[in-house]
Amino acid sequence: MQSSASKMALPSLEPPVAHLTLQGISKVFPGRTGTVDKLLRRTSKPFVAIADIDLEVEPNTFVSIIGPSGCGKSTLLNIIAGLSQPTTGQVSINGQPVSAPGPDRGVVFQNYALMPWMTVAENIDFAVETVYPSMGIAQRKSIVQDYICLVGLRGAEAKHPHELSGGMKQRVGIARALAINPQILLMDEPFGALDALTRGFLQDEIERIWEQERKTVILITHSIEEALLLSDKIVMMTRGPAAGIAQVLDVPFPRPRRREELDQYPGYHELKAAMEQHLSYETRAVEESRVRK
Amino acid sequence: MTHEVFRSAPPKVKPFRLNTDQQAFLLFITILLVFLGLWELGANAKLFLPIMPSASQTIADLWFWISNPFFDNGPNDQGIGFLLLTSLRRVLSGFLIGTAIAIPLGILIGLSPVVSKAVDPFIQILRPVSPLAWLPLGLALMRDSERTALFVIAITSIWPTLINTKFGVSNVDPAYLNVAHTLGASRWRIITKVILPAAAPNIVSGLRISLGIAWLVIVAAEILLSGGIGYFVWNEWNNLKITSIITAILIVGLVGLLMDYLFGVLQHRVSFGQRS
Ligand SMILES: Nc1ncnc2c1ncn2[C@@H]1O[C@H](COP(=O)(O)OP(=O)(O)OP(=O)(O)O)[C@@H](O)[C@H]1O
Ligand SMILES: [Mg+2]
Repeated sequence: MQSSASKMALPSLEPPVAHLTLQGISKVFPGRTGTVDKLLRRTSKPFVAIADIDLEVEPNTFVSIIGPSGCGKSTLLNIIAGLSQPTTGQVSINGQPVSAPGPDRGVVFQNYALMPWMTVAENIDFAVETVYPSMGIAQRKSIVQDYICLVGLRGAEAKHPHELSGGMKQRVGIARALAINPQILLMDEPFGALDALTRGFLQDEIERIWEQERKTVILITHSIEEALLLSDKIVMMTRGPAAGIAQVLDVPFPRPRRREELDQYPGYHELKAAMEQHLSYETRAVEESRVRK
Repeated sequence: MTHEVFRSAPPKVKPFRLNTDQQAFLLFITILLVFLGLWELGANAKLFLPIMPSASQTIADLWFWISNPFFDNGPNDQGIGFLLLTSLRRVLSGFLIGTAIAIPLGILIGLSPVVSKAVDPFIQILRPVSPLAWLPLGLALMRDSERTALFVIAITSIWPTLINTKFGVSNVDPAYLNVAHTLGASRWRIITKVILPAAAPNIVSGLRISLGIAWLVIVAAEILLSGGIGYFVWNEWNNLKITSIITAILIVGLVGLLMDYLFGVLQHRVSFGQRS
């Protein structure tokens, strides 16, 4: 595994270094205000999902975003991925504004989003071929094989997604996102649909892979332990509408980190308590506002 | 512990029980025999018109046709094998013409909301027209009966494929499209590598329905023509040979079943565990 990791970076590319900047990002979902909607009495007001988000992400840092459910985490990640346009504000990478999706950002989806008609190897190869159309077939094959090994799926290359467990599917999703050698890895609750044991196992895998291949990572999660295990920084969001950033926590634990030893690091319990307090306060406020509605 | 329990239990003789398939087969045979018996009784008791044969006469005639499928004593006296080949050739040609129109058009209207809206009125008006209503129009347009049959088969087998293709293409899971977009895939690559394979189960299920309809229509269309199983039905009706007509009905049904089965296999092959 170690030896395959050394030849992992593509020879033609610089090691990816990406400085991600979000400036004044907000997203307003337009309400239904058309004449037809008025006639049908189904108009709705425009909805401000997120407002004025500023964030600097240093190169090769692992950032987690955590916040009450429905606050706009996926909205923010989709804007960074370029799948959705911000209503105001600007996303830039190394000072260059970006507004469309691109292979400098690899995305891992919560529902895996593997093509059912492609095998494991074909799913990864589809990504590599799309991003590097002029690459020779032999080099492509070896990249695909390297990443299959990296996520521990050797032997499952020829399987189709419906033959895989949820955990294996998400390994393919991770391998596909990494195989194009993106500068930034974006993950939207990648382990949300997995059972607790598989989730823990894949978190350890992410920690191991990240040690081998440092990248800028943005991870959306609901799990405080997951954020503390993996992140350098934790971004806590407020509740919506017009959700923003409440606080950014530094996680100074040394790496490589081990889940069993996590609670022995100084400051672990304070960080955890602060996050729990923030989340439960925001969640309670969300629930109360729903009751009053 | 468990071993002890197993061993101490006296070896029981398994009671004789049929599984579901065997039970269903027995029931199937029973229904068939009851049906044939009632038919035989009814015919012997002269409940039907005199031209209606008894079950035993029909089975004897069925055996005659099946045991000797390939003889050819001129256009009005051919074995059932040759008749079937003629019909199958017509159905497949018409079906292929229809498919060659339906799939590209379905992709186009599935991809483009403008084309979809523009073409929809034509589809909605033409789709429910009975295949038989196309016959005179086909004759007027095509001038000869052979091409008229192909025209009618083609036009009736367009609709299910067209509508299913459009549905499949315009309802691709957005997750797959998002993956392709984040990789920066070109439009052409998205269509060929993502949209079409994702729509394949729907397209094949449309083809399956279309072929079924084409096979349904051929018997009617061939009344105009010479040769083929439909012509055979018409000819034998003029000879008042009901046994032959019943034979034709059974053969048409069996061939339809076989074609449907083949498309079912194809559908399974392109589905990869997706809903279809
Ligand atoms: N297309 C849309 N149109 C209108 N409102 C939307 C749309 N997409 C999301 N929203 C609203 O924006 C808010 C934020 O949604 P988002 O999916 O980003 O939340 P989230 O933080 O990812 O939630 P979860 O924790 O459930 O994943 C929600 O209130 C949602 O109802
Ligand atoms: Mg979300």
